[in-house]
Amino acid sequence: MKRMNFDEAIENAIIQAMLEDDRIIIMGEDVHTNRSALVARFSDRIFPTPISEASFLGAGITAAMAGLKPIVELWMIDFICVAFDAIVNHATKVYDFSGKRWGVPLVIRAPCGGGLGDGGQHEQILYGSIASIPGIKILLPSNPADAGGLMLAALQEKHPVIFLEHKLLSEQLLYYLGGSGRNTVKFDVPENGIEGEVPDHWVPLEIGKLKVLKEGTDLTMVSAGVAVHRCMDAAIELEKQNISAEILDLRTIVPLDIDNIAASVQKTGKILIVDEDYKQFGLSGEIAASLLERKLNFTYQRIGTETTIPFSPQLEVKTLPSVEKIVSMSQFLFYGSH
Amino acid sequence: MDAEVLHLYELMVRSRFFEELTKVLWEDGLIPGELHLGIGTEAAIAGVVSNLIDGDAIASDHRSTPEFIMRGVNPSSILLEMMGHPGEESLCAGLGGHMHLFSKEYLMATSGIVGASLPGAVGFALAAKYKKTDNIAVSFSGEGSYNQGHALESLNLASTLQLPVLFVCKDNGWSITSKSSDFTGGNLVQRANGFGIDGISLNGLDVEEVYNAIQVIIPRIRKNKKPYFLHVLVTHREGHFTTDPLLNPKDTLKKYGASITKSFLTPKGANLGKRIKSVGTILSSLMEFRKQVKSKNDPLYITRRKHQELAQEFDEVDQNIHREIKKILERTLEIYGGKSK
Repeated sequence: MKRMNFDEAIENAIIQAMLEDDRIIIMGEDVHTNRSALVARFSDRIFPTPISEASFLGAGITAAMAGLKPIVELWMIDFICVAFDAIVNHATKVYDFSGKRWGVPLVIRAPCGGGLGDGGQHEQILYGSIASIPGIKILLPSNPADAGGLMLAALQEKHPVIFLEHKLLSEQLLYYLGGSGRNTVKFDVPENGIEGEVPDHWVPLEIGKLKVLKEGTDLTMVSAGVAVHRCMDAAIELEKQNISAEILDLRTIVPLDIDNIAASVQKTGKILIVDEDYKQFGLSGEIAASLLERKLNFTYQRIGTETTIPFSPQLEVKTLPSVEKIVSMSQFLFYGSH
Repeated sequence: MDAEVLHLYELMVRSRFFEELTKVLWEDGLIPGELHLGIGTEAAIAGVVSNLIDGDAIASDHRSTPEFIMRGVNPSSILLEMMGHPGEESLCAGLGGHMHLFSKEYLMATSGIVGASLPGAVGFALAAKYKKTDNIAVSFSGEGSYNQGHALESLNLASTLQLPVLFVCKDNGWSITSKSSDFTGGNLVQRANGFGIDGISLNGLDVEEVYNAIQVIIPRIRKNKKPYFLHVLVTHREGHFTTDPLLNPKDTLKKYGASITKSFLTPKGANLGKRIKSVGTILSSLMEFRKQVKSKNDPLYITRRKHQELAQEFDEVDQNIHREIKKILERTLEIYGGKSK
């Protein structure tokens, strides 16, 4: 085993895949800058594009249909809204429309998430909005090993995948977007997420399998991405209060590993969903409904983003999932009061 | 004419000093997030904004501070907003931030989504025409935004609905870290012409050139209720944003040079000829960017050089604005309750 940064691990897995499969190309905004090391090695397999999301994402779909395996990059998942038609009406539809004869092996790679003080148009995570459309998988790794393994898996898929890369986990994105080049700002960066052990040779991870990060007996916490690390920190606090939390890292939002969520909830009887996405009409409600359909008996709470993410850092921190909120909500779930 | 030159110079200096201040506050960590400065666009913005009247609307982008300052929006409220102060005194109560400034009072709206200012201006113009006013709407955005679908659709919409819109294309040559000439097919004025919209390309670093042209263009838009396209060449000395990797090529090469070199030398991949070409492209874009920094490309410097007889008056403007900005800073920090280094 060796150690790598989160963004290094993704790039490393992509290199391994590109050497094995010459159908893989990379296209998107500023990829010549953001992937300069790949440009230096793979040259004409990297296609920088204008700022034309609707066009290059739509083109990525048919390039995939014609036999390539494009990794299409957006600066941020927020900008997918400019190209939402390509996702909702095309990437997810072609396979069914063609009588299941024509797949779209497309990987969309996009930074996501809040905590950089950038405001409500550049900090969303949006997986819930996209997840409601059948026909697309959504990955959200929380650490370098999962990031590399999931990227490799995404590149072996026959259907569209969105690979979300949380900005607080990527050293490069923190530098460019957060301005951590200045020493005067600090971000709440999860140290076990931004850097960690990775395998010597990448093996694809199974898409749709969650990981039990910590076993526990009193309540189940379900989350993904940076929120997983907030849960882990909260669990340390809760241990001191003799509350033992089991922490599940979803790793993939779609397909949702409901079997393993159900197994944990059967054991603990309590579930807290910690969701960086919007609380309403999203992941947290979906998990509740899926568990109820299985006629399980459990008590339930959720933490999610309820408003536009405020620009002001002091308001932002109150809006996004935090250790404080998780501890408080866990106590509520455990004792029935705060 | 001297009075006009001095007025335009004052607008530019106010914006410049204000933005220089925000840069310091950003470096001090008092302004969060990305910071996109409009330094280098002042002449183009001043030439347009000085010709607007009450009730005219502006839709702008992530680099909109100069137009907010020049239109007369309370600078302290803008500064507090950029600092994320969650209070009534902030322009948007700390919820929007510098990429999302809004003033209902001045009919000014912005967006951090590239190209969104074009549909924004079209809607403002539709409302102005429907209400039978003489008002117009101005869209400010970069040349990179003219590769977005919604931007091009807006040109067509304004043309077919015959709306009083001035589309200002601030061409600084760079689409984030991409050289725009590599990513723009054809010529932008001709592109606008293709939608049936008249247009012109001007030196956006020369405030008088823009001002004089706009004095004819805007009354025509008001009267004819037809859109117009203004292409202005500007610079962005401070990069796409203050963390632009092109701003400090030395730092960028120090940070990423080793991995680029290592990657370049690793066997398997493209052939050597292709690799050399790719690395050459990365290096040349880093170096080319620095050309913008020269003072002969600075709109303030250009104005001063053209009117050397007004040197003393310019100095007075500088001193007055300096005092003004200092007062704004003091007032702002009092409200913010913080300290700057």
